[in-house]
Amino acid sequence: MSDPAGTIAQEAVLLSASGVSKRFGGVQALRDVSLTIRRGEVYGLIGPNGAGKTSFFNVLTGLYSPDEGRVTFDGRDLPPGVPHRIAGAGIARTFQNIRLFGAMSALENVMVGRHIRLRTGVIGAILRTPAARAEEAATEARAHELLRYVGIDQLANQQATHLSYGDQRRLEIARALASEPKLLALDEPAAGMNATETGGLRTLIEKLRGDGLTVLLIEHDVKLVMGLCDRVAVLDYGEKIAEDVPDVVRRHPRVITAYLGQQADPEAA
Amino acid sequence: MTLPGDPKLRARLGIVLIGIALAVLPFVVGANFGNSWVRIIDFALLYVMLALGLNIVVGFAGLLDLGYIAFYAVGAYLYALLSSPHLATAFPAVFASAPAWSVWLVLPLGALVAGLFGVLLGTPTLKLRGDYLAIVTLGFGEIIRIFLNNLNAPLNLTNGPQGINNIQSAEIAGQSLGRSFELFGLQIPSVTAHYYFFLALTLLVIFICVRLQDSRLGRAWVAIREDELAARACGINTRNVKLLAFGLGATFGGVAGGLFAGFQGFVSPESFGLLESIMVLCMVVLGGMGHIAGVILGALLLALLPEVLRWGAAPVQQWLFGKVLVDPESLRLLLFGVALVLVMRWRPAGLWPSALRKRELAAHAEVA
Amino acid sequence: MDIFIQQIINGLVLGSIYALVALGYTMVYGILGLINFAHGEVVMIGALTALTAIGLLVPSGLPGPVVVLGGLLIAIPVCMAVGFSIERIAYRPLRNAPRLAPLITAIGVSIVLQQLAMMGWGRNYHTFPAILPTTPHQVFGAAITDLQILIVVTAAVLMAALLWLITRTRLGRAMRATSENPAVARLMGVDVDRVIAFTFVLGSALAAVAGVMVAANYSIAHYAMGFMLGLKAFTAAVLGGIGNVGGAMLGGLLLGIIESLGAGYIGDLTGGFLGSHYQDVFAFFVLILVLVFRPSGLMGEKVAERA
Repeated sequence: MSDPAGTIAQEAVLLSASGVSKRFGGVQALRDVSLTIRRGEVYGLIGPNGAGKTSFFNVLTGLYSPDEGRVTFDGRDLPPGVPHRIAGAGIARTFQNIRLFGAMSALENVMVGRHIRLRTGVIGAILRTPAARAEEAATEARAHELLRYVGIDQLANQQATHLSYGDQRRLEIARALASEPKLLALDEPAAGMNATETGGLRTLIEKLRGDGLTVLLIEHDVKLVMGLCDRVAVLDYGEKIAEDVPDVVRRHPRVITAYLGQQADPEAA
Repeated sequence: MTLPGDPKLRARLGIVLIGIALAVLPFVVGANFGNSWVRIIDFALLYVMLALGLNIVVGFAGLLDLGYIAFYAVGAYLYALLSSPHLATAFPAVFASAPAWSVWLVLPLGALVAGLFGVLLGTPTLKLRGDYLAIVTLGFGEIIRIFLNNLNAPLNLTNGPQGINNIQSAEIAGQSLGRSFELFGLQIPSVTAHYYFFLALTLLVIFICVRLQDSRLGRAWVAIREDELAARACGINTRNVKLLAFGLGATFGGVAGGLFAGFQGFVSPESFGLLESIMVLCMVVLGGMGHIAGVILGALLLALLPEVLRWGAAPVQQWLFGKVLVDPESLRLLLFGVALVLVMRWRPAGLWPSALRKRELAAHAEVA
Repeated sequence: MDIFIQQIINGLVLGSIYALVALGYTMVYGILGLINFAHGEVVMIGALTALTAIGLLVPSGLPGPVVVLGGLLIAIPVCMAVGFSIERIAYRPLRNAPRLAPLITAIGVSIVLQQLAMMGWGRNYHTFPAILPTTPHQVFGAAITDLQILIVVTAAVLMAALLWLITRTRLGRAMRATSENPAVARLMGVDVDRVIAFTFVLGSALAAVAGVMVAANYSIAHYAMGFMLGLKAFTAAVLGGIGNVGGAMLGGLLLGIIESLGAGYIGDLTGGFLGSHYQDVFAFFVLILVLVFRPSGLMGEKVAERA
């Protein structure tokens, strides 16, 4: 369905979800959602409020286990419902309502993000073995690099909660990047941002794409998604109603109906 | 006297001065106030160990453990059983003579068994919400006490409410710490020998805590405390990491318990009640959750408080009201309760909170 | 005498008391998401206050039940005042604090209440005077006293009244709205602070009644009695599904029966290895089992974590 012509070579596919369904009590949050994300693209997922975007995101990142369907990532099935293993497999995420480790500095937040790639255990930490020391120094250096990458290295020693809103978003992205993800999943990163901040975010995501990272972008800001994404999928009432390049999706009648509501005349749009 | 300007040199000088102070402390205190005060300091060191152990659980990982003293009890009873005639008396068929294990075997064993108890308790409960964990640990602490109280029949394992007597003191290099002895022409009383023994182990515990805090694990604990969901998204296996905190904390409790049994020569269930757990919690909370120096301060303050009250509360009340209204023990508990409420209200980070940890990399980085 | 039936009766009596205390835990939890550790101490204060009042009323020569009622009527307002003060002084300032703070405060409050009670009433046990009829009635080969019947009936009436209050009155609706979503309830014109205060007061009134019941049932009261009772009542609330009023009632009764049967049969079950002094252990094992296998309790709903 997501690849009707079979034109995508297998190695080009990073993530494919097939037939994902999720119910909460009587509410069908996701109904048979299938989609494919290719390597190196910025993939947008949009939809009206309550369309199931966040539910899908949470299935993908292991917060929920799907009732049906499966997700294949980088050639392997994703273990459902185990966030830390999904992070290990190479999916890193940010949160819609920023969730940083408030008592820590910006730098330490990023260092925590690297946790899954580090090996030091109790004994190594207590004895501070050469291996542990080297790993620690490398982690710190890498964290600085990432802070520089997102443009806030001068704030490395600031407490995370003291950063401005836009910088906190950047810090969250740096923390996610620290786990060396193959897919970076951003949950409404532009929410609550002003125009300047959104512009900066856009530049950052373009830079990430330029460096070869695959990005999944869930957004409310349709303008940002349409201007930035290589391909876009639209969810409505838990179902995927469209998936294509922005220009085609924009003109899709079901998308127009979904966004403008039933009373609007699709012909007029 | 002028201090050297270089901060590194100053820090070293400070450490040397503190070292000298700690080394002569028991002699100064013993000579001026008597050996009973050295004994009080020995107990204060045990509390420092306990508080640092609980700090890993409550302060670093943010897990409220209200039954921590149970691990102390496990360590103490294990030491008691392996260093007293109790087993030989209760089970003459199995034990021909009183077991007298070396302290270097009993302490690690106590740590291990206490840690095992921690993992056993933690495995089913650590995935639960924090407040459930508080209640379960609270119950666990009571259960351990009930078992200690009642396991004297039909098999007399713990000797019930009477407790276990005649526990051998620790023996180091052939010298029992239970009697005073002469070393390099100096007369070393038992309390002073214990002081150095406890101090060495306390320093070891502090060292371990500092190293852990500075590591990937310390960061993971704080991350879980700050935001568990985000920690999981960062790839932290929260269940294992919490279990590790729980087990390590229990381990420290087990060691302190063993030291307590050897020092006191006697253990009974009433040393391990809920109020003891709360007292250790107070030390952590009052001192500064998650801040090693603060927790040490809290432990010292609260360990010395009852002595100060015993010494000062009655005269002050006599003077104020003409009679003693509140006995020192109740007053102490009352103050603990009030302190918990007030600290949470006005100074939730404790008397000596941890500062934001700053890192200086740029200058001395060798790895890229 | 039939031991099984007897233990069921004892369990029912005990369970009625647990249920009344569990309601206090569950209502506060439902609304604030807070375990009010100090609730057990409120029960203790109710029991000791009532005993003091009863001690003063006995010489008047009034009939026993009237004296007990008098004690109850003094204990209820005292406990309500204590509950109200706890919420106002200790918990309200921490409503937006990190989650560990109110828990630690609750422990502090619990210690303070216990020590104050010890100063007021001393360390000794207070006995309940023998003023209630204790002639046993024979039921299916087991015995039940008037007092036991009275406890079960009173508890049932109170629980029915509470259910009516929660489901049928304006105040009950405000409570349910607040527990659903305090922010929205506030927008809808509910005075959330008043609802929370009322919840504490209501729970404390039930605790006072439960305190008198415990004192009468065991004939003694003591400044430290609140701790174990509170722990068990909390277990009952978790067993039923914390936050769920019906669940607290069911959980209380079940726990009472489990404990009675356990204490009656533990000797046989373990071949005499463990005796009835392990009675207090059952509640704890029930708690662990519930939390491991069904953390939402018997009647609780599963709540998904919010991202």
